[in-house]
Amino acid sequence: MQFVRRVIAAPTVGPFIALVLTMAFFTLKTDRFFQAQNISLVLQQVMVVGVLAIGQTLVILTAGIDLSVGTVMALGQVIMTKLAVMNGVPAVPALLLGILTCVGFGILHGGLVTGVRLPPCIVTLGTLNIAFALTHIVSNDLTFTGLPTVETFFGRTFTIGGTDFTYGVVLMFVLYGLTWYGLNQTAWGRHVYAVGDNREAARLTGININRVLISVYTLAGLTYGLAGWLLVGRTQVGDPNAGQTTENLDSITAVVLGGTSLFGGRGTVIGTLIGALIVGVFRNGLTLIGVQVIYQYLVTGILVILAVSIDQLTHRRRA
Amino acid sequence: MSSPGPILEARGLVKKYGQVVALNGADFELYPGEILAIIGDNGAGKSTLIKALSGALQPDEGEIELNGEPVHFRSPRDARRAGIETVYQDLAVAPALDIAANVFLGRETRLRGLLGDGFRLLDKRGMRREAARHFAELRIGVQSIGQPVENLSGGQRQGVAVARAAAWARRLVIMDEPTAALGVKETRQVLDLILRVREGGLPVILISHDMPHVFELADRIHIMRLGRRVAVVTPKTHTMPEAVAIMTGATPSELDRALTKDEG
Repeated sequence: MQFVRRVIAAPTVGPFIALVLTMAFFTLKTDRFFQAQNISLVLQQVMVVGVLAIGQTLVILTAGIDLSVGTVMALGQVIMTKLAVMNGVPAVPALLLGILTCVGFGILHGGLVTGVRLPPCIVTLGTLNIAFALTHIVSNDLTFTGLPTVETFFGRTFTIGGTDFTYGVVLMFVLYGLTWYGLNQTAWGRHVYAVGDNREAARLTGININRVLISVYTLAGLTYGLAGWLLVGRTQVGDPNAGQTTENLDSITAVVLGGTSLFGGRGTVIGTLIGALIVGVFRNGLTLIGVQVIYQYLVTGILVILAVSIDQLTHRRRA
Repeated sequence: MSSPGPILEARGLVKKYGQVVALNGADFELYPGEILAIIGDNGAGKSTLIKALSGALQPDEGEIELNGEPVHFRSPRDARRAGIETVYQDLAVAPALDIAANVFLGRETRLRGLLGDGFRLLDKRGMRREAARHFAELRIGVQSIGQPVENLSGGQRQGVAVARAAAWARRLVIMDEPTAALGVKETRQVLDLILRVREGGLPVILISHDMPHVFELADRIHIMRLGRRVAVVTPKTHTMPEAVAIMTGATPSELDRALTKDEG
């Protein structure tokens, strides 16, 4: 009985029910949805946004927001592929430099938020444009092909029971597991929640707020770099136009649909995984039943506002 | 048997902000096992004194001694390390975290061995057990030590803050208007809690505006006026109106008389 009550009270139950209902809806609408190969495809489509949303979750838990996720990832991805293809840099250093670029943006975000005390939305709105411009300047608007296998590794597949899965999907689940561990089983995780929940109380108990914030933005940058690696695996090219349309909003949508509060301090990374899957299922299902792409934007926009409204209303009731 | 010396003592504390003199040579003593109330009008220097004692600011002049040893707190963290904990009026808890997490916030304990040192794994069960023990000692009733603090009443939340302070304070606890944000019934709960902290052996410095509470709880009452301690009275030797008269300067204290003599 205690167990049942705890399960019902768990913050991921709402998002999980929403995911099941969404999947049930598309299963009824089309035979092609609930098939192993299609579910595997949904996972592949989700993996990039799913990993971006990990970083976004960390930032939002501290009552911040990151508007730059997609373009920072795009820049990292263009750098890792260009260095390997055009500049003759060996594959592994090229890859690391691409990821480190994203980490560098994370450190920059953390430094500006803590050192200059700028609001996260302004900082990342600025770096959104900076990373966007740098992506096009660095790439000269070229698409890079003929990539080394290290960079495309996560697009490779393995087969379970006749269904193909990519290694990228495995990496996504591993990253979710690690983040869950950090947030739930370590003191660092408690401090992340406390900083977002009541910053003054966290400061008074002796937590180093700036160190927590910088660690969060830096780790977020790392996830954008890894997402860039996954994107290269999925598309097999370095594309300067990638990551600049739906990724930003989708990462925030995944976090919010997953039950994490934009006010900070409340939420789970497992919820974000479910939220990312809801977004992926929606996009995939709407495509399968023949809804035009432009309506998918419409639906995503409505979804995110709906989810944020629920958060706002429950927050007001608690306060 | 000689009476024990003060656990915390300050001599001639001065703190100036430009032209404004917040502390003008203030003295202070806290003895083991007592509740010492600090009263004074707005601007009398109560909070500046408390901030100096808790490390939140550094006095321009004067000495502070803890157990007879000179101390220089450069931050609240220094004071905490020396065993001084502070409870604030504005419920300094993280509402989304559970009670045990709040008691151990910033001081989490990890499991022993590889799991703790290598994998940084928290000793959640141990922390809950310890937190529950502190709550039992202070007789704070809560359904479960694992419930989020936001499910608690204001009085219970302040109970969490008091339990945290009592759990970590080795020398003394400072309570800065701990009931200012609470209702009547909840205030009662917190007042009882303060008495139990003293029963547990920790001396308490209580800053309060509420005279009836001060006279009910305090062993001694330290009265601030114009940046100095003008008198120390006890609820046995002075009545409430007498204390208020000293506080407002209507009754000249011994210090006032001495000052007038100097100037004359």
